[in-house]
Amino acid sequence: MASEIRTDRISIPALAREAIFTAAVVLALAVPLIGIQIIDVGGGISYVTHFDRVAYGTVAVFLGRLALGSFIRLHQQRRIRTDDPAGWMTRLGTIISTHAKPIGIAGICLAILLPFSNNYYVDLGTTVLIYIMLGWGLNVVVGLAGLLDLGYVAFYGVGAYTVGLLATNFGFSFWTCVPLAGLFAATFGIVLGFPVLRLRGDYLAIVTLGFGEIIRIVLLNWASVTGGPNGIGGIPRPSFFGLPFARTAPPGQMTFAQFFHLDYSPEHRIVFQYYLILALALITNLFISRLRKLPIGRAWEALREDEVACRAVGINPTSIKLSAFAIGAMFAGIAGSFFAARQGFISPESFNFTESATILAIVVLGGMGSQMGVVLAALVMVVLPELGRSFAEYRMLLFGAAMIGIMLWRPGGLLRHRIPSIRLHRGTAELPGKIAEEAAP
Amino acid sequence: MAYFLQQLINGITLGAIYGLIAIGYTMVYGIVRMINFAHGEIYMVAAFISIISYMVLTSIGVLALPLQLAAVLVLVVAFTSVYGWSVERIAYRPLRGSTKLAPLISAIGMSIFLQNFVQITQGARVRPMQAVLRGGITLFEHNGFAVQISWLQIIIIVLTAVLMAVFSAIIAATPLGRAQRACEQDRDMAALLGVNVDRTISMTFVMGAALAAVAGVMVTMYYGVVDFFIGFLAGMKAFTAAVLGGIGSLPGAMLGGVLIGLIEAFWSAYFNIQYKDVAVFGILVIVLIFRPTGLLGRKELEKV
Repeated sequence: MASEIRTDRISIPALAREAIFTAAVVLALAVPLIGIQIIDVGGGISYVTHFDRVAYGTVAVFLGRLALGSFIRLHQQRRIRTDDPAGWMTRLGTIISTHAKPIGIAGICLAILLPFSNNYYVDLGTTVLIYIMLGWGLNVVVGLAGLLDLGYVAFYGVGAYTVGLLATNFGFSFWTCVPLAGLFAATFGIVLGFPVLRLRGDYLAIVTLGFGEIIRIVLLNWASVTGGPNGIGGIPRPSFFGLPFARTAPPGQMTFAQFFHLDYSPEHRIVFQYYLILALALITNLFISRLRKLPIGRAWEALREDEVACRAVGINPTSIKLSAFAIGAMFAGIAGSFFAARQGFISPESFNFTESATILAIVVLGGMGSQMGVVLAALVMVVLPELGRSFAEYRMLLFGAAMIGIMLWRPGGLLRHRIPSIRLHRGTAELPGKIAEEAAP
Repeated sequence: MAYFLQQLINGITLGAIYGLIAIGYTMVYGIVRMINFAHGEIYMVAAFISIISYMVLTSIGVLALPLQLAAVLVLVVAFTSVYGWSVERIAYRPLRGSTKLAPLISAIGMSIFLQNFVQITQGARVRPMQAVLRGGITLFEHNGFAVQISWLQIIIIVLTAVLMAVFSAIIAATPLGRAQRACEQDRDMAALLGVNVDRTISMTFVMGAALAAVAGVMVTMYYGVVDFFIGFLAGMKAFTAAVLGGIGSLPGAMLGGVLIGLIEAFWSAYFNIQYKDVAVFGILVIVLIFRPTGLLGRKELEKV
């Protein structure tokens, strides 16, 4: 809906009204929580006032709204706003999607070269890759199959605790644990998914959210097995084909450094772990992009678009949904096993809802169903709080604001390049069914 | 038996509070089909504002208890409603008509933002509030165990019942309620017939926030402690209550809230308190397996 060209002069009263209204709202928001601060006094509490801050803030907002209002009006006078302004991000999205292969290869090369920078970047890169892997896994469930899973972190936790328990109690090595963790998480996905997958949309969301919490509570309280809030420590680190990364090897064995006649350096392990998760993530990507081309991958996307039509052509929705759930869970489990071995210590607090929300945000911010988008979004979501360290206590505040900001800026995700084929009109349009919901490739 | 009755009273009180929050979820879901993840934080904000306004009122010399309670309630509802309105205006309205998950993510962002906002402005410590209203009625005594219902519990239950009645009446019989029901059924058609859709949705958020504000005041007085993290768990329980009762249905939200309050109270009383949340979610799953749209939810027609 193109707005009409405004040829009249800027209406000062309307502008002032808008600004006063905004300032009044900000005043009402700020007075109780910024203007008055609870402080501890001896045993009790008292309060101090900061009305100066409120006043500055309100004046700033008033002037800002005035400036913004005039800017928008002047802007509108000059040109008709088009329906879908092709911003640079949209163009970038199109470029990335059409040249996915070369960009992907360049990205992989860059990722391989990363360890030649410094340790901090390698460590950060490892974290980003864990989230990329989780994002790709959840993408199967949310982006492809269209099932809203708010408890994805539960499977990540199951994978991590599988490694933690098997390695510390039965002396299993990391490499035996990885497939077991994947298998176990997938089984969990099937067991949890089976009774609830016939629920639709948001009912499924709340049930998965509940499962995530149940698993966290059980991990927290089943202290005799999981160590409760203290978690599990001393999880063995991954070895390089049986060669441990240690200063001294156990008798009869060699360390990685000895075998390759290198001087021992703790960096070896960090770099090795980085390449390990890189390999795991790439396998995940390859696996999923292959699956998408198979009948089962097609069935996921078909199911997302229209469940009734799927049933009509003989697709069994339950088994298709279960397979998406299980495969997503499996990758989360494998990522979890890597996480446990990398940290050497796990506790229930690593698997709370915030983590699920972060992973979901990565998938949605990336532009659902887009593999490249997940990479970009994972970078944003991990690096953003990292950059925010200089803001100290304001870090998470800015993180929350950035999440809202990115969503408002790119409601379809960062790299969504296809726009819906049907669009009624901007604003209140609600398209029937899932047409509006997904148009990613 | 006496112990059972006491838990029944405690459970209903807790359930009334969950129900009040749950109504906010259910109304918003009914009209815009989104899970308002920031609703729990609205309740947390209300709890903080209630401590603050109580302190301020005490320090400026408003000491008569009924007057004080009424003033706290009015102040908190007023300020919290502005929060509810702003959340919708900033984070959801611009995303109306986009994908379904976009507002969900911005809601999660809003929830993170509000939590940290309160943590920064009011500190991360648990804030205590002295008991304002003590005492109650002893209903009867049995084998030395007194079944009591405190004044506060009576206020919570009565106030919840009154609010429930008032809101049901608003939705059933006022122009605003009619507009809300119209928007719930078909937003485009309602807009064509002259309903101001944006304003109706805003009002829904304000109403939800007002109820969450009442719940925030009640919880602060009932438990006497508040911290910046209470919104998450309460929000999740309340949302569970809304789904249990059948999301979109007002009596359903209340029923779900009371059920969850009762489950929590009885589970804590007779079983392992650490697993009370597991019990809540477990029952939610069982109910949804047999009634996929909740207890009082209408069966959704699948349109092809």
